[in-house]
Amino acid sequence: MKMINCPLNGLRNSSEFVYGGEVKDMPDHRSCSDREWAEYIFFHENAVAVVTEWWLHAPSSYWFIGERHTGRDEFLRTYDPSERFSTRVEFASSVVESEK
Amino acid sequence: MPFSLLKYGLNSDFPYEKHADLPAPSALKSHYDVVIIGGGGHGVATAYYLAKYHGITNVAVLEKGYLGGGNTARNTAVIRSNYLTPEGVKFYTESVKLFKELSNEFDFNIMYSQRGQLTLAHTDAAIRGFRQRVEINKHFGGQSELIDAQQIRELVPSLNMNPADMPVLAGLWHTDGATARHDAVAWGYAKGATSRGVELHQLTEVTDVEVRQGKVTAVQTNRGKISCGAVVQAVSGHSSILAAKAGFKLPITTYPLQAMVTLPVKPFLDPMVSSPSLHCYVQQTSRGELVFGGGSDPYPLYSTRSTMDLKEGLLANAVELFPAIAQMRLMRQWGGLTDMTSDYSPVMGLSPVDNYYLDAGWGTWGFKATPICGKTMAQLVADNGKVPALIKPFSMERFYRFAQVNEMGATAASH
Repeated sequence: MKMINCPLNGLRNSSEFVYGGEVKDMPDHRSCSDREWAEYIFFHENAVAVVTEWWLHAPSSYWFIGERHTGRDEFLRTYDPSERFSTRVEFASSVVESEK
Repeated sequence: MPFSLLKYGLNSDFPYEKHADLPAPSALKSHYDVVIIGGGGHGVATAYYLAKYHGITNVAVLEKGYLGGGNTARNTAVIRSNYLTPEGVKFYTESVKLFKELSNEFDFNIMYSQRGQLTLAHTDAAIRGFRQRVEINKHFGGQSELIDAQQIRELVPSLNMNPADMPVLAGLWHTDGATARHDAVAWGYAKGATSRGVELHQLTEVTDVEVRQGKVTAVQTNRGKISCGAVVQAVSGHSSILAAKAGFKLPITTYPLQAMVTLPVKPFLDPMVSSPSLHCYVQQTSRGELVFGGGSDPYPLYSTRSTMDLKEGLLANAVELFPAIAQMRLMRQWGGLTDMTSDYSPVMGLSPVDNYYLDAGWGTWGFKATPICGKTMAQLVADNGKVPALIKPFSMERFYRFAQVNEMGATAASH
């Protein structure tokens, strides 16, 4: 079976992993238009290239980022999300904001 | 039955035709009224209906490989209309009607064989879903009914009624379920289109799409530039890649779908049988081979490679359904590319570029839609972008309006 190198657990069977979508910048849902939000949720690059994606190691509930070639089915690199996200992403809703 | 078959049946000579099915390759012209990108079933069907019913014959079908050699050749050739949403059922019911008449329409045998399709329910929830599908199907002219375990036993005596300890409780019996020869469908349409003046250019790859002031004006190919009035993209498996050349993104993610076939044996399985719970469908072809298909691969990829783990999982379940086939040998395996949308419905109609029409988002439901896609896409082009009612719900805009068509009946095996 194909093996994937989990940054936390090392080489594991690919059946333990779940694909989590392309890594892309989230628009601010409090200020963006519905169109921008739809674009973020539903529209994808879906390219034949080295792509940056979210992956989950399901048994340990660990999310990480992988760089993978979508034509060759080959991982070039996997790493912990802290390499990319240095600050906490806030998901506060506008409703809560206005109630304050 | 096409009438030419009768003529052959009464003839002592080997049935051959005096003319080749397709004209010899020709040079590209510098301008076509309509350029269809993709020479699979959908592309040539669109060309056929444009030429035959709308009189538009200055049309080029550009195919980077060979006719019907992409995902038209890689599906499992299932034709059915037992979908869940009214939009889907109406659309695919029309397609089944066209398929039934196709051999006569072409005078070319597409080997249409109506066997019926049986989907198994192993849970109460599945039965509830089937009831809903049956009612919607009947309402829109499809042929579906809910049958019980005894009827299933009579219909498919070789079926294990307790596969993987998941008892078969009921079935969705779709008498319209059928299969046809996929190559014949592509060739029938191509022959009909080219004999009416459409040009089919194989080994012609579109490398770029030229857009001026929001309107498509030309396509660049490996054989030179062609100016055009309108473009239809029908390249499922690579929809996002071509759309990127025209400058926009699609709500599509591309996954491989693997299938395989055994050595031929004597006929024992008449209907096509599928189990969404076991992610597996089985049918016996007219040659006697068993065709297996299942869910798409677990992650996106543009490779048609086969994997051992998917085969193991799929065949373990197939053997649970039909224990008698455990010793059979596999003969071939292959993979196709499925352009999956998040609501399991296609993306058809207008695109963000004027005169650039989309026939995309064909995940695991493309072959069965071939005739109706050709017909509606041709109408769309002939009416200069007035979207036919049948495909209006499948517009790309639905994702921006959060008006998806949630087609849970799209796949015989869940993905």
